[in-house]
Amino acid sequence: MKNLDIAEIRADFPILSREVNGKPLVYLDNGATTQKPKQVIDAIIRYYSDMNSNVHRGVHYLSQISTDAFEVTRRKVKQFINAEHEHEIIITTGTTHAINIIATCFGKAHIRKDDEILISAMEHHSNIVPWQMLCDEVGAKLKVIPMNEQGELDQEAYRKLLNERTKIVSITYVSNALGTVNPVKEMIAIAHQHQIPVLIDAAQAVQHMVVDVQALDADFLVFSGHKMYGPTGVGVLYGKEQLLNAMPPYQGGGDMIKEVTFEKTTYNELPFKFEAGTPNIEAGICLGDAIDYINALGLANIAAYEEELLTYATQQISQIPGLKIIGTAAHKSSVLSFVVDGVHPYDIGVILDKLGIAVRTGHHCAQPVMDQFGIPGTVRASFACYNTKEEVDKLVAGVERAVGMLV
Amino acid sequence: MQKYEYIIQLGKELPLIDEQFKVENYIIKGCQSKVWLHPEMEDSKLVFKADSDAVITKGLVSLMIKVLSGHTPEEIAKADLYFIDQIGLKEHLSPTRANGLLSMVKQMKLYAIALHAKK
Repeated sequence: MKNLDIAEIRADFPILSREVNGKPLVYLDNGATTQKPKQVIDAIIRYYSDMNSNVHRGVHYLSQISTDAFEVTRRKVKQFINAEHEHEIIITTGTTHAINIIATCFGKAHIRKDDEILISAMEHHSNIVPWQMLCDEVGAKLKVIPMNEQGELDQEAYRKLLNERTKIVSITYVSNALGTVNPVKEMIAIAHQHQIPVLIDAAQAVQHMVVDVQALDADFLVFSGHKMYGPTGVGVLYGKEQLLNAMPPYQGGGDMIKEVTFEKTTYNELPFKFEAGTPNIEAGICLGDAIDYINALGLANIAAYEEELLTYATQQISQIPGLKIIGTAAHKSSVLSFVVDGVHPYDIGVILDKLGIAVRTGHHCAQPVMDQFGIPGTVRASFACYNTKEEVDKLVAGVERAVGMLV
Repeated sequence: MQKYEYIIQLGKELPLIDEQFKVENYIIKGCQSKVWLHPEMEDSKLVFKADSDAVITKGLVSLMIKVLSGHTPEEIAKADLYFIDQIGLKEHLSPTRANGLLSMVKQMKLYAIALHAKK
């Protein structure tokens, strides 16, 4: 374990030295997307300057080096989440895309009328809507693990909800709206006692803590590149090979085929079966650079620093009268969501923006969470490894000032 | 920031709409702040009353009302809201989902077009 040099890290991110509305940028919207280090930005430029070529298709030099670079990323992702096989790593365009692939294809293979799909009360819309669409199509039922006032899942209720009709459990590792870290390893073990597979949405986890799919025994796991200091337009679907092999393909087209005739087409093997068409090549390759960047810092070090920062932020902001933190689970990661009595979150967000502070306000694509707390939304500050205590102080001062103006 | 102090001031003044109109029929859903809009013809002029649950949106709403309300439907339908840009509030009319205000302006114009066509 080592202490991170935050000043050195910040120097890697060009955008962090810019101003917004005449003030230095205080970027606290990392749950929405993270900023990119020059190592990733340079890799993107290098790709288009030196390498650009379509992958998996060519015989010429450029296509060879592009393909190699793309497959190197696949290997890096495999190592990053400790998957058993490289072919269990499907490169998608993001988490939402990945969940839709699973809902559609696992659905086609296994889910029928009156079957049940179990999600939780704290899910992001991307882990609700694809399942609703599946349920509508085949007449399956969506069940929801309830959540308490602190934003923790009710484990008793979870056990009771599992039954012989449950075909899959799909839950988030870390809640983007509340910051709750769910005990996914235990929850997976419980589902496995009933032979029910589990999909873990790790979009808000992989950048903050070590995620080991074999240790968790996750059946599927999904995440996005742009939330872990990587480019937009790329994500990962991890699935155990026997599960992926049993699923029909998602999109049809080039690359996912073995042989095509008008009479019959046979499909390619993993991972290409699920990678139709030309991928976002530059994003796929440079996701590898983002992984390298994180590995150089060390996830354990990042986790330790961010925990310190979140604790400090929570302490400081709690001192504002009338402020209530939404999401007070015992185990949390990097998200600070709050409301202030008598003040609309949107108004606070606008004033903070004028002070150069970027937060997110609203329902954070988790309307059911807001409904449960009876609020229109929250103000959410979400941290990354380049945020500082000084930035937290600015946030707190900004919220105080906003509240003073608005109340 | 002074600009926002003024807008907040406008927003904090008396409610702009009757409680009875704060219902589903008159709500315009932005992603975050709710806006209620009630149109009424008085003589041949279109009068709007509106409100919002977010103070800054309410202040901006009150600016819109000052400018648009009390004109003929045709004038409102054709109005060019250049003043928004001039006072540096263009971002509030950008089509991000955050914006109940943009939806409200669109709805005002739709009412105006409909009422103008009815004539």
